[in-house]
Amino acid sequence: MSEDAPANTATAEKKLPKDLAAEKGMVNVQIDGEWLQVPRGTRMIEAAKLVGKEVPHYCYHPKLSSPGNCRMCLVQMGMPPRPAPGQAPVYGDDGYQEIGWMPRPVIACANTVAENMGIRTTGDLVEKTREGVMEFLLINHPLDCPICDQAGECKLQEFSVEHGRGESRFKETKIKKPKNVDIGKNIRLDDERCIMCSRCIRFMDEVAEEPVLGFSQRGTHTSVTVHPGYRLDNNYSLNTADICPVGALTSNDFRFQMRVWFLKETKSIDVNCGTGANTVIWTRANEVFRVTPRQNDDVNSAWMPDNHRLSFNHFQTDDRLTVPMIKEDGKHVQSSWLEATARAAEGLGMSQPDEVAVIASGRLSNEELFLSKKIAAALGTELLTIVPRIGESDGKLISADRNPNTTGAALIWGTDDPAAKLDTIREGVSSGKIKSLLVLSEDLLEEADFKSEDLEKLNHLVVSHTHANPTAAHANVVLAGAGFAEKRATYVNVTGRLQRANQAVIAPGESRDDWESLTALLSKLDEDYTAPASMDSILNAIASEVEEFSGQSFGSIGDLGMQITETGVTIPLVEQERARIDSGQIVG
Amino acid sequence: MDTTLLIAAAIKITVFIGITMSFVSICVIFERRFSAIIQDRVGPNRTMLPLSILGFKKDLALPIGGLTQPIADGLKFILKEDFTPSYVRKFFFWLAPALVVVPALLTMAVIPFGSPMEIAGDIFPMAVADLNVGPLYIFAIASLSVYGITLAGWASNSKYPFFGGVRACAQMISYEIALGLSIVPVIMFFGGLNLGHIVEEQVKNGWLLLPLWGEGLSIERWLMLMPLGISFIIFTTSIFAETNRMPFDLPECETELVGGYHTEYSSMKFALFFMGEYAAMVVGSALIVTLFLGGWSIGFGVDSLLPSGAWWVSLLHIGVFLGKVTFFILFFILVRWTVPRFRYDQLMNLGWIVFFEAALINVFLAALVIAYPSIGIIGVTIGFALLITATILLIIIAKGATKKPSATAV
Amino acid sequence: MAIIKVERPKLSAGEKIYFGAIFKGMIITLRHAFKSFFGKTTGAGELNSSGVGVTMQYPEQKWDDKLPEYYRGAPALVTDEQDRERCVSCQLCEFICPPKAIKIIPGEIPSDNEWAKVEKRPQEFDIDMIRCIYCGMCEEVCPEQAIYLRPDYVITGTNRSEMVHDKKRLYEIGGKRVGLVNKWNDLK
Repeated sequence: MSEDAPANTATAEKKLPKDLAAEKGMVNVQIDGEWLQVPRGTRMIEAAKLVGKEVPHYCYHPKLSSPGNCRMCLVQMGMPPRPAPGQAPVYGDDGYQEIGWMPRPVIACANTVAENMGIRTTGDLVEKTREGVMEFLLINHPLDCPICDQAGECKLQEFSVEHGRGESRFKETKIKKPKNVDIGKNIRLDDERCIMCSRCIRFMDEVAEEPVLGFSQRGTHTSVTVHPGYRLDNNYSLNTADICPVGALTSNDFRFQMRVWFLKETKSIDVNCGTGANTVIWTRANEVFRVTPRQNDDVNSAWMPDNHRLSFNHFQTDDRLTVPMIKEDGKHVQSSWLEATARAAEGLGMSQPDEVAVIASGRLSNEELFLSKKIAAALGTELLTIVPRIGESDGKLISADRNPNTTGAALIWGTDDPAAKLDTIREGVSSGKIKSLLVLSEDLLEEADFKSEDLEKLNHLVVSHTHANPTAAHANVVLAGAGFAEKRATYVNVTGRLQRANQAVIAPGESRDDWESLTALLSKLDEDYTAPASMDSILNAIASEVEEFSGQSFGSIGDLGMQITETGVTIPLVEQERARIDSGQIVG
Repeated sequence: MDTTLLIAAAIKITVFIGITMSFVSICVIFERRFSAIIQDRVGPNRTMLPLSILGFKKDLALPIGGLTQPIADGLKFILKEDFTPSYVRKFFFWLAPALVVVPALLTMAVIPFGSPMEIAGDIFPMAVADLNVGPLYIFAIASLSVYGITLAGWASNSKYPFFGGVRACAQMISYEIALGLSIVPVIMFFGGLNLGHIVEEQVKNGWLLLPLWGEGLSIERWLMLMPLGISFIIFTTSIFAETNRMPFDLPECETELVGGYHTEYSSMKFALFFMGEYAAMVVGSALIVTLFLGGWSIGFGVDSLLPSGAWWVSLLHIGVFLGKVTFFILFFILVRWTVPRFRYDQLMNLGWIVFFEAALINVFLAALVIAYPSIGIIGVTIGFALLITATILLIIIAKGATKKPSATAV
Repeated sequence: MAIIKVERPKLSAGEKIYFGAIFKGMIITLRHAFKSFFGKTTGAGELNSSGVGVTMQYPEQKWDDKLPEYYRGAPALVTDEQDRERCVSCQLCEFICPPKAIKIIPGEIPSDNEWAKVEKRPQEFDIDMIRCIYCGMCEEVCPEQAIYLRPDYVITGTNRSEMVHDKKRLYEIGGKRVGLVNKWNDLK
């Protein structure tokens, strides 16, 4: 358009900006004196975001409907004056009409932009308005920031610093409301801190689809409660604590554990099911304190199920394996990595190729699955499998496949069903045909229907796991592995998206990242194999051997992952969200 | 050889080295307490005899606490880890401290500590070696200590010690010239180099700087005070420079060189440098006292009234001598806290341009005064006129030498 | 910035010899030494000195009664009039502490406690006195007026763990402090 514009000016009448924008389905908006084109139907708050102007807000959330009840996002709006009948609109030299500013502010979150509209996100009127709104919001707020978990990430704190008056004129007694209310398994309610933004109510209604929250009372006595006879026990309840702009809803698990400003954020992904929700791991001094969802509109929107979120506690227990162990005279004794690896390789290498099997796990990363394939090849066995974990999808974010990397296993091993040989191996062990077994991150007795007496028949059992477990009790060699927050690795989720998990903490004791122990084992089994110096070279090796991975590296994946194949599987919650965006209910 | 002589020499060596070493300790406690008092502090006042570790009930505190501080200091030095850095030249590194201490102690040999003592009919001079070339011996031996310091600086194989060593080397060599020239008038006056005779001369005819009795009350003698006074000032100042004391302690000035040549030394090796420095200070004081202030003489003709050769007289004289030395050590400390440290170029200027020339002219001045009786008033006038001309010429040359090239001239 | 040229003072011939000045200097030094030796120097009396100079004989004589109210010694926790521990473990002191001497493990007050409405208190509160630099930032930042620097400066121990003040020790040093803002109880 810009190319042929000069040609047009010579002959035809000069096109106005509104016509130029309309051709693209856009409108012209002036934000703080600057003209720009935004798509028709954009909310004013989103338009301001496009030019980097933050409009303070509490109730507005792009993933939820916009009731406009917090009044924090008030901005000044102006439109060209409506011409009198028969009068033509007047355009200035720049092609725009003059804006007539409205004397009263409007909310930016629920209003959409229009042609030739003006928005002021600063200025005397807007600032005075915000001061007023902040003062009202703080009237009944208890100001107990020293004991409030939200302190440090509290929008009320932030905006009262940025937009507040600094001191209160309220001399009357504050209204007392219930504090420290137990409303659900994972959530605690403090009504005094609540500013009635209703985000939690809308979330439970629109996303979790279990509307148990609501307002009761009226006026200044309004407070959030659960409906009588109900509790906030939904598996998505902790998301309400995330979206709560103040400290009214806090997580029982994280309650009083650590102030957020001490925590280091590491971008990672959830490895409890095939969805692979994007997460942030919050750590301090090698301890994980909480896991929160990270927005990825193609995977988990901005949400995450509670049980997956709290699963990190499982890795901070006393039954973690911290040293490699060797069984001597029927008892496990601590060993060194060098010795344990040598012993494992020796035992596995002694058996005939058809007497060895490798049971890997769908919980392993791409790199570890790749190495387990290499190990199986070095042992000369065809018997390589994962243990399937099929549950039921909850219709939102929890996938039916509870293994985070079944897709990755299928791609890297080049099979349709990586779990196909599990039954063969189980029977082989039972009949005594299989003499040696390498088990990676799986508990065969608990999860794969193996029998204790069958495992006794094995000559050599090597188990690599993070926790002490019944299968490991039978093992001749136990290798201590790392948990999900303790390693940097890649996974492929059920939709075929390659995603990256970053290391947030260091594995306890002497336990090692699995790729290290596996490469050490592999270089013992295969003399030609040279152990790579880093994780990156393993991913490079996958990229050169597996077609779908070609060209991928840790850097190329990015924080939001990379679609490397289409499996046809969809994530229900993402589909629901897209439908709501299309119907205009939410911004998205 | 006479066995009694040998035995006497052995005893004298033991006693005088003992006296010097204990004087080093006394120097240390004086230095610390006197410095403290000058600076409104207390100084070490707590050290006791730790009798409790020997099983007694209480530690013994002497009336003035802290007198045993040098013992504690010494013990500490011995017990500390003697660390030799890996990068040093080991042989010289170990040799250097000894080379500093030994010359300082050797020079004590010719100093007469007291009047000769008569035992069983033999007369023993109260000096280890009653040499006829006393001052020459002292200068010869004392200049050896510069090797110790230079070696320490070089063998440490480290930047600041090396600077310290080089500075010490240059400084001590420079001031030796002024030192040697400045006592030429004294030797000319006495007409001999035997320190014992020099002291006895002063006993009879008044101290060199205090000619108040005997032949000292003559005009010539009082005229002689002028060159001798200049000698005294140059000699004393040069002794400060030779012993690396404030205000000439540039080889170890801590603001610039950390610790100077002994930066890399620890434990007893460091203590040896320390001892060497203080021993040099004691010897320097003793030499000043011997040459200019009558040595062991009580003065004012009192000595001649005492029975010569009696053992108690000898001891009294030794006491007087040590008293005078102590006075000078206090003087050393007083100067340390009064005069700020020189800059290195100022130090060199003072040594080469001021003291060297002044000492040289002083020799002729002394010669004129001594020659007065034989060449008469005319000779002296001519000589004096020549001397003044030479002095003016020297001053002009010196001015020219110190003048910095001005910026515009370049 | 203008260049100021400082001229060296012109010295007379007598001054150039320096001996007069050096001698004068030695007299001054000596006079001061005598004054000091007899305990007559400025401030010797007020500073309660040992009689020689102005030095205080430390373990026998102490500054304690001269310490100002605002003296910054060991940091300590205080309780209020009703023996409630004022600290709610907001961890701001831990955050602000420049040498990272403070370590707090927050805890919840059980619901049967009389101060259950305060909800939060420190479960462990350790100040490593080897690290502490007595800057007073913790006192300044505390929103609950719970931590104060006390005039205790003799903090010794025979090993490192003794130098870490735990919660009990901190309350021992701090004691009860009255007249502060009471936002958790009705005392006003």
